Amino acid sequence: MTSSQQKKLQEAFVEIVRKTSAELPQDVVDAVIEGLEREAKESRGEYALKIIQKNIELAKKKSQPLCQDTGSILFYIHYPRKLDSELLTKLVKKAVVSATKKGFLRQNSVDSLTGENNGTNVGPGTPTLHLEPWKKDHIEVKLMLKGGGCENVGAQYSLPDARIGAGRDLYGVKKCILDAVQQAQGKGCGPGVLGVIVGGDRATGYLASKEQFLRKMRDKNPNPVLSKLEEECLQEANQLGIGPMGFGGKTTLMGVKIGALNRLPASFFVSVSYMCWAFRRQGAKLSTQGKIQKWLY
Amino acid sequence: MIQLAAPFTEEKIRSLKVGDMVEISGVIFTGRDAVHKWLYEGNEPPVSLRDGIIYHCGPVVMKKKGQWVVTAAGPTTSTREEPYQATIIEKHGVRAVIGKGGMGEKTRQACQKFGCVYLHAVGGAAQVLAEAIKKVRTVYMLEKFGSPEAIWELEVENFPVVVTIDSHGNSLHKDIEAESAQNLSKLMQQIGKPAAAK
Ligand code: SF4
Repeated sequence: MTSSQQKKLQEAFVEIVRKTSAELPQDVVDAVIEGLEREAKESRGEYALKIIQKNIELAKKKSQPLCQDTGSILFYIHYPRKLDSELLTKLVKKAVVSATKKGFLRQNSVDSLTGENNGTNVGPGTPTLHLEPWKKDHIEVKLMLKGGGCENVGAQYSLPDARIGAGRDLYGVKKCILDAVQQAQGKGCGPGVLGVIVGGDRATGYLASKEQFLRKMRDKNPNPVLSKLEEECLQEANQLGIGPMGFGGKTTLMGVKIGALNRLPASFFVSVSYMCWAFRRQGAKLSTQGKIQKWLY
Repeated sequence: MIQLAAPFTEEKIRSLKVGDMVEISGVIFTGRDAVHKWLYEGNEPPVSLRDGIIYHCGPVVMKKKGQWVVTAAGPTTSTREEPYQATIIEKHGVRAVIGKGGMGEKTRQACQKFGCVYLHAVGGAAQVLAEAIKKVRTVYMLEKFGSPEAIWELEVENFPVVVTIDSHGNSLHKDIEAESAQNLSKLMQQIGKPAAAK
């Protein structure tokens, strides 16, 4: 790869980070507006959602981070086989350093043992890259920035769970999901979106639960059983009355996305990730020359 | 909408009730983990906090043409200050604490006893809240604690919050938690039962 090609690719990655940090995808904006319309006039829920809506507009206009916690940096990349994945990784990391310098990302990563922050957002485990080669001849980059407040309220259940009376079936799964929402209250900066995985092991369950957030808000789950469960969980969670920011109201969640992985006969995990209203996800189709051909969300 | 303008007297604070939507105008001070721990250990604040407002926030502040400008100023999670907050309210006469996520029992009691409130800002609304900050007056302890942990003295106008702990012993967090727990237990009982005939 020529050095000018590398430079172009790196710039494209920086632009993807900028857009992700400053602009919510339209499907999420639409869900916020739907929530706003659902809340009673002059209520605290409406008040919170109006501030959120204004914040979304302001951040986009000013090209500034939507929330000052610019979150964990999660890249999902498909690339043509002829490209060198090590080089790609290097370019993404450089782009992260540069996006941090430009203020699109906060200096947001600290050494867990010493507490030291090197100010670059690059270190063990950050950014996270999921790289997969494919047969197509363009690069597809999806990026998610996931905040700490909402990550803290994620939960994993091992069924059966006596505390909530959840057995090893879909009823049990629903109980886990509703319990997770109750435990979170407003602490994950709701109204939120849940990514849920039924099955897997502890690690793959959480990993795949985040990948559910790559789905669009109003898509339909191809599995009719899960599709029905998603609708029911959303509708029932919104009867809890927690509301935006935990101020009370009708919009506790904006969406629920559920996937399933095979499990061992001995285990039955339900892994729930919570995404805050600042649901930052973007994606782009890139030529190998570093040209952004199309935005994906 | 209730307007809460400086000076923040005990009388004004006591008139606020849980659930009130409030806009603050006046001076507020940022303070997070380092400041709270430091005050709790008995050190004197570099500026009087009496009848003042503390904001749990580590703002992003830039120097533009020799002036400090706040570019992001969302609230941080308040429970981290729960071990310290009550003592600081009592000792320094703080009238309001702004943050997100609510606070615990000790703080609720201190609010009631000493005439203070907890004001919940909208988490993540970094840009809206930065716009409500009209001026950075000065900064204290910048060298000691670094920018996000320093005490920034900020002039705000119509800074939007909701009262979630008042000075009469009420906590919206407690109420909503209890209410949603009841709703949850009703829902849980229905799970797995055949739907009622329509
Ligand atoms: S949970 Fe989300 S909105 Fe709230 S502070 Fe964290 S990143 Fe921002």
